[in-house]
Amino acid sequence: MDPTTIDTAPHVERELLEVNLGPQHPSTHGVFRMQATLDGETIVKLKPVMGYLHRNHEQIGEGITYIASFPFTDRLDYFNAMSNNFGLALAIEKLGGIPVAERGEYLRAIMAELTRLVNHTAVIGFLLNDMGAFGTPLLYAFREREKILDLFEAASGSRMMCNYVRPGGVREDVPEGWLAQAKQLVDGYPRFLDEFEALLTQNEIVRQRAQRVGILPRELAISASVTGPMLRASGVNYDIRKVDGYSIYPTCSFKVPLGTVGDVYDRYYVRILEMRESVKILQQALKAVPGGPAISSKGAAISRAPRTFRPPKGDAYGRIEAPKGELGFYLVSDGSPQPYRYHIRAPSFINLTVLEDLCLGHKVGDVIIILGSVDIVLGEVDR
Amino acid sequence: MAVIGSGVLRGMVVTLRTFAETYLWGRAVLRALRVPPVDGLVTIQYPDEKQQHAERFRYFPFLVYDQTPDNLRCVACKICEQECPPACIHITMAKDAQGRPLKAHGRTFPAQFDIDVSICMSCRICVDVCPFEAIEMDNEYELSGGDRVQEMLFTKARLLKSDGYFHQIRPEEARVVDQRLAAKKAPAATTPRPPA
Repeated sequence: MDPTTIDTAPHVERELLEVNLGPQHPSTHGVFRMQATLDGETIVKLKPVMGYLHRNHEQIGEGITYIASFPFTDRLDYFNAMSNNFGLALAIEKLGGIPVAERGEYLRAIMAELTRLVNHTAVIGFLLNDMGAFGTPLLYAFREREKILDLFEAASGSRMMCNYVRPGGVREDVPEGWLAQAKQLVDGYPRFLDEFEALLTQNEIVRQRAQRVGILPRELAISASVTGPMLRASGVNYDIRKVDGYSIYPTCSFKVPLGTVGDVYDRYYVRILEMRESVKILQQALKAVPGGPAISSKGAAISRAPRTFRPPKGDAYGRIEAPKGELGFYLVSDGSPQPYRYHIRAPSFINLTVLEDLCLGHKVGDVIIILGSVDIVLGEVDR
Repeated sequence: MAVIGSGVLRGMVVTLRTFAETYLWGRAVLRALRVPPVDGLVTIQYPDEKQQHAERFRYFPFLVYDQTPDNLRCVACKICEQECPPACIHITMAKDAQGRPLKAHGRTFPAQFDIDVSICMSCRICVDVCPFEAIEMDNEYELSGGDRVQEMLFTKARLLKSDGYFHQIRPEEARVVDQRLAAKKAPAATTPRPPA
């Protein structure tokens, strides 16, 4: 909306107002700051300010062994520790040519899909919190999330900082009865999704707040390198699980849900549909988990003695379809036990670059839900 | 097109059902209405009741000793100190006045073994890299303290815990560790001695 069209009587003095949203505000999902310039309640300029949670992750990674970076990747996007581990494991495998145990491949794909359920469930809860549905949807989401985190704890020893996936497979096999528990949870998940959808999808208030708000045009999404559910909500069929076909995904049948408008509502609904597809993938994967070791012998050897792993000179880029988008790890080896360069392509950060384009012309209240629908975790934005 | 407001009402039915599921009478009502209820009470009243953690639940590391506290498995090789990602372990080997390593039970041992648990991130890499199975993860988590230096720096005396304790908190993992230790010992015992 052009700010000059706002109806103002000639005798009213108008001036633009600068407002800081954040960094200490729960609606910014962490320590993120938006310098908004307002005309009345309308956004005419918005400058994202990042870096409050910068922890020097990449530089630390260049001073320690490849394996020692795994616990730090847990803390990138702390909602999705398992898939962060997975991305780094893929990059290290490419770099060092490490074979993967088949059971380990299944287990970590199962973990990655469970992570997607955790992330999308939680982010929808947070989005509704941002819309003003204070508490109820978020707590329903967290109730379900907790059940999956219990599974993570049983397998890896920690609910959120899992540090479980390793190059060549996973750190250790899942405990007795874990797969049956996971199957029970996954089979019960559609019931929760139905309930969640009954609460939200047709809700008139949600639709009023979210439809035609923060529209991300298809061309802008592509040219700004937006990935993940946000890109697919704008109608671009791009899913790295299909494009790259890594891990077990080529053997699973699943669809890539696409949005049409690219507004906040589409981003919400694409995530719901993605969870339903994840449930399908999980059901197929849990049925097909083979026996055998959970980690290849070379992977186990470098996990036990990280300094013996000296990959040949060269570079590798490993990427996965993380719940937030394309999560890539770029490693450069100079033949020593430590990476020469360690770079992360963080989906939260790159998806955030279009924030101003989404917000211009909307009201302050809409900015909060647009940010919520982008789905950022500041641990990953700032690294 | 649905009637305006029907979506909100449908959502309210969900919240009402969830409300009912958190009460005994509510579940009885739901059963009477032929809606299969689930137990909606999911909150654990923490200090009064505690969550049952998985066996693999890990918090901070501890040092394992066999039988007596001076018979610890750690030989002060400093591999964990080197591999610890946040570098929170500090070890010095016990040495005599001439700088020669002291031995107990035929092994060198640490004079000082400190873990700064305010830095430790519970990643378990020290456990993975230890060739002697000397360090394991504890599951004790009620460790709040008022002083960062005195109470958050775990010294050797505080870290020492028996193998029996390890078996008690992680029976499954302790069994695997015992197998590995036995396998390491076995070849030495069965190797035929060269003829004299």
